Amino acid sequence: MQAIVDKEGIKRYLISLTVNGDTYTVVVKANTMLVNVLREELNLTGTKKGCETGDCGSCTVIMDGKPVNSCIILALEADGKEITTIEGVAQNGVLDKLQESFLNQTAVQCGYCTPGMILSAKALLTRNPNPTEHEIREAIAGNLCRCTGYVNIVKAIKEAAGQPVDEH
Amino acid sequence: MYTPDFDYYAPQTVQEVCSLLTQFGSKAKILSGGTDLMVKLKHGTIDYEVLISLKELNELKGITYQEGKGVVVGARTTHNDLVNSDILNEKYLSISEAAHHMAGNQIRNIGTIGGNIVNAVPSADLPPIFIALGAIVTILGPEGERTVPLEDFFTGPGKTVLAQNEIVTYITIPDQPTTGSNYIKFGLRRSGALAVVGVASSVTMEGNIIKDARIALGAVAPVPMRAKNAEAALIGKEYTDELLEQAGVAASQECSPISDIRGSAEYRRDMVRVFTKRSLKASITKGHSGEHLETEHGK
Repeated sequence: MQAIVDKEGIKRYLISLTVNGDTYTVVVKANTMLVNVLREELNLTGTKKGCETGDCGSCTVIMDGKPVNSCIILALEADGKEITTIEGVAQNGVLDKLQESFLNQTAVQCGYCTPGMILSAKALLTRNPNPTEHEIREAIAGNLCRCTGYVNIVKAIKEAAGQPVDEH
Repeated sequence: MYTPDFDYYAPQTVQEVCSLLTQFGSKAKILSGGTDLMVKLKHGTIDYEVLISLKELNELKGITYQEGKGVVVGARTTHNDLVNSDILNEKYLSISEAAHHMAGNQIRNIGTIGGNIVNAVPSADLPPIFIALGAIVTILGPEGERTVPLEDFFTGPGKTVLAQNEIVTYITIPDQPTTGSNYIKFGLRRSGALAVVGVASSVTMEGNIIKDARIALGAVAPVPMRAKNAEAALIGKEYTDELLEQAGVAASQECSPISDIRGSAEYRRDMVRVFTKRSLKASITKGHSGEHLETEHGK
């Protein structure tokens, strides 16, 4: 990994990330977190910062196919990885079916947890297109919604999986 | 929220990790998954000048079965790798279930078994079931490799037998084809909760007689502990529910829980009695299994 030391002695590293299909080369410090590269270097501010200690899931991104907390992963550890953020979920201006179902089911209240929720759900449906309610709840257990709107979120994921959803 | 500055190394070999640890001494720390390390660095409860990343060491990742040796799990294997392992789902469902009930999905994708063990948190979920199955830790240092039974690995909360320049490379679970095992995690919530009490057991039966039994308890002592008095109460005896109750009572007497926000010492002791009995019964009747239960107010 290429490192650059400036005249104040601060070391920076050159890393390469593939984010939503585009490969970026960025300069980071050893202690730069992945979430900061996404938000501050690449202006992908859909990835949220909540607890910043890996508990709340608002910073969730998909890294090499798996949802992870970008707030506790060093940018250096993500060097060479493929990352999907919420900005990469819609394709060619067309919303993903999960984004549509979150709207249909009013699964968004304040919206702060929504990017992370959708990415956790996206990773689940990619791996398991027809999950049980238990599997849905497990998949989003690391994403906290403090509006406590879980019922509609679970419905939205069911709808995206093509499952019948109770209407009220 | 930022961590203090540190220097970063990502060596290509495990030997290099040991050399760096020797070179930097107590200023350096190994970075495996970082799910615990990053949080502590951010909170300022620890500080290191050098982090040594294991990211290039793919040989420490993965689960294999080696004839005559057993199941070998690399230290960089993630919790979800345990959950999704065909080898573990076939041979030790108790281990994959224990991993399944840890933290949340995002953490299970990053956190590693090496980290879970080396952190030596008294309530960690993997040590009890590994200890109940007689797991052996392989450690590499500058002078070469050594092995330690996991039950002798922990010396106190956050403390282990690992020297400053040593690294855990593998955990081996020896073959035990006629043994059943179980882990019960008892937490305050269904997800993202530490164990209030964790009870693991393994039992080998010969007809109706308990030929061998191992019980390991989490979150009720400074280290994950064997309940040896309870085991002694079982071995060589005929299996009855009363016998399992006696073992539960013995286990509750020999553990040394503390009172904290998750439960009082008294409560934990009584739950050890209940779950030891249940875990033993599952080990005898269900092969390999795992359960996660939550307290009433967690429902």
